[in-house]
Amino acid sequence: MSTVIKIENLGKQYRLGQIGTGTVSHDLNRWWAKIRGKEDPFLKIGEANDRTTKGNSEYVWALKNIDFTVNQGDVLGIIGRNGAGKSTLLKILSRTTLPTIGSLKVKGRIASLLEVGTGFHPELSGRDNIFQNGALLGMTKKEITKKFDEIVDFSGVERYIDTPVKRYSSGMYVRLAFAVAAHLESEILIVDEVLAVGDAEFQKKCLGKMKDVSNKEGRTVLFVSHNMGAIKNLCTKGLLLENGETKIYGEIDDVINQYFKKSDAAEGYFTSAKLDKSEVVFIRSIRLSNQTGRATEIFNTGDDLIVDLELESDEDISKPNIAVGIKSKNGFITIGNTMLDGNQMPDLKKGLNKLSITFRSIPLLPQEYFLGIGMRSYDCKTFLMTTKEIGYFNISTRMVDLGITKPMAEEIAMDSVSPFIPYEWDFGNGNIQSFNILNNVIK
Amino acid sequence: MTNTEEWDIEISPKTSLFQIDFKEIWRFRDLLSLFIKREIVSVYKQTILGPIWFFIQPILTTLVFTVVFGNIAQISTDGQPKILFYLSGIVLWTYFSEAITSTSTTFTANAAIFGKVYFPRIIMPLSKVISNLLKLCIQFLLLIFIYGYFIITHKTTLNLNYNIILLPFLVLIIMNLGMGIGMIVSSLTTKYKDLTFLVTFGVQLLMYASPVIYSLATLQKNKPQYYSFIAYNPISPVIEAFRKSLLGGVVDYGMILYSFIVSVVLLFTGLIVFNATDKTFIDTV
Repeated sequence: MSTVIKIENLGKQYRLGQIGTGTVSHDLNRWWAKIRGKEDPFLKIGEANDRTTKGNSEYVWALKNIDFTVNQGDVLGIIGRNGAGKSTLLKILSRTTLPTIGSLKVKGRIASLLEVGTGFHPELSGRDNIFQNGALLGMTKKEITKKFDEIVDFSGVERYIDTPVKRYSSGMYVRLAFAVAAHLESEILIVDEVLAVGDAEFQKKCLGKMKDVSNKEGRTVLFVSHNMGAIKNLCTKGLLLENGETKIYGEIDDVINQYFKKSDAAEGYFTSAKLDKSEVVFIRSIRLSNQTGRATEIFNTGDDLIVDLELESDEDISKPNIAVGIKSKNGFITIGNTMLDGNQMPDLKKGLNKLSITFRSIPLLPQEYFLGIGMRSYDCKTFLMTTKEIGYFNISTRMVDLGITKPMAEEIAMDSVSPFIPYEWDFGNGNIQSFNILNNVIK
Repeated sequence: MTNTEEWDIEISPKTSLFQIDFKEIWRFRDLLSLFIKREIVSVYKQTILGPIWFFIQPILTTLVFTVVFGNIAQISTDGQPKILFYLSGIVLWTYFSEAITSTSTTFTANAAIFGKVYFPRIIMPLSKVISNLLKLCIQFLLLIFIYGYFIITHKTTLNLNYNIILLPFLVLIIMNLGMGIGMIVSSLTTKYKDLTFLVTFGVQLLMYASPVIYSLATLQKNKPQYYSFIAYNPISPVIEAFRKSLLGGVVDYGMILYSFIVSVVLLFTGLIVFNATDKTFIDTV
């Protein structure tokens, strides 16, 4: 396996705030330092790129100390939360900007899959745009002509090929753009989140094509996505960025596990402050653990999910109602709710109250989930606390581990709604109250 | 071990001052020709008159100049037919001004595409200058047509002389000037947007400081105090020489050489500034 990308000590610094005022003086300072052979005076300042904390410096490192190599045929998944530096890294890789320090060495041609519409001229037909887009990505006319039919066929927009692309739907745009890039004979292909557009069938086709591109043609793919299922399915290697620095680089499974860990607090433990001053109750902390009692954020399908809550109340409240729900990106998928299950929570004392809820043998599909918690008064008419999303966990079981080997199972599972889950309450008074809707079904 | 490895692309913060990868530009030649085609075709897409627009603009300008400057203001055309006098100046001036204005927006107008994909950025201004060159050639046809008309109807001696062989060289000077100035402006506008405003009307005003509606001879006769200022405008000798080679007169070769040297200096300055900008402009634009 030969190395095709080598990145050494790469860093990129940005100036925050408005560009304009002070630019001339900074530029002159820089220029003066350069003339005297000194270091750039503004390069020294700058701090790690954590957008949640307010920094002191005007300059920030969007990327810092990035070192890695990619071998031929690797499919590298680049992941990280918003603002972690993924786009900046891609910009440097696709040569649209230079790094501030460090170097990047590449063997072969790099083609990046263009965002919807960029590189397309609205007045030109699909046919003309295929040629122009291909040329933009460095193909010659001859190469494009050779691949033209294949591209049209893959994109599935044959009927509209002589229509100006300004009349295309956004889905058709992406189909065409992906088709051109995927058929390009470049050694390295960069794909940035474009799969979000386009229908499920086309997404499937794209993922399949990307697999072919790496497995059969031996090309290297760099894939940026928030879709962990697609990443897990497609990638062999992973790079996790956090605040502009490499958190971990290695096998994709390790990287994904790391992605779901919180950096600043103990695993499975989330704290919160009073977010809404007008509300009587707030959540002090949440602890997630499995049947072994170990606090964690990573669960397997079939594990118990134990949620320990610490609630702080400003006053004594008689017989309140509580709801603890599990949310996926599709919304709530199950909820333990005393307003629905007929169970009654004891009075809430002023100060700290503890309670827990256990979701037994969670039959959840591999996805990332969040917890939504809310409280209402006894008559359910007033909110003691509107629903807050605090804490998250991840089901890391793979569909293969469940004996499901169909293609795309991981991707489908990512987008599916999970079934209802039986659960039981323990309100700390030695009285466990269970609820299983199946037990309630009249046979 | 790393020294022996061959890399196709090496990127580091340091770039040399003057570096044009001709091999790469050659690899993207099809893109260049597509851009040129697009520039020309998109002008008359969804218009009724289509390519005829290439002729209408110089014709109308010439007529307006003839009426306003020739007849109302009575500015001397050195006894030459007014239409030919103005048209010959306008054709070259249009190329010069369009070359500047179209290349000066290279970075700002293409930020979206430059931010997403790499190709040699020089392709963009090059395509503008070449597509405008093709428009110039089309307009030369108009000039030849009207020139022929004057020879047949007026039977005047127009004194077309051997200096006309300088034409390609004159066009080259305009190309250098237009592309050089355009690239300098486009590079600076990525940081200092003020320049955009300056260019749009600055180029218009510059026409009055060039011998388009008057000749240098007239200027020297009437306002000698402005003469050296306007004569050393690098575009002036080019327009003068072109007009004299068509309509007769003594061409000042020394001044053409001066224009050429200025144009080459501007072109190289433009290339250097452009080169320094195109790597990171996406961060500041």
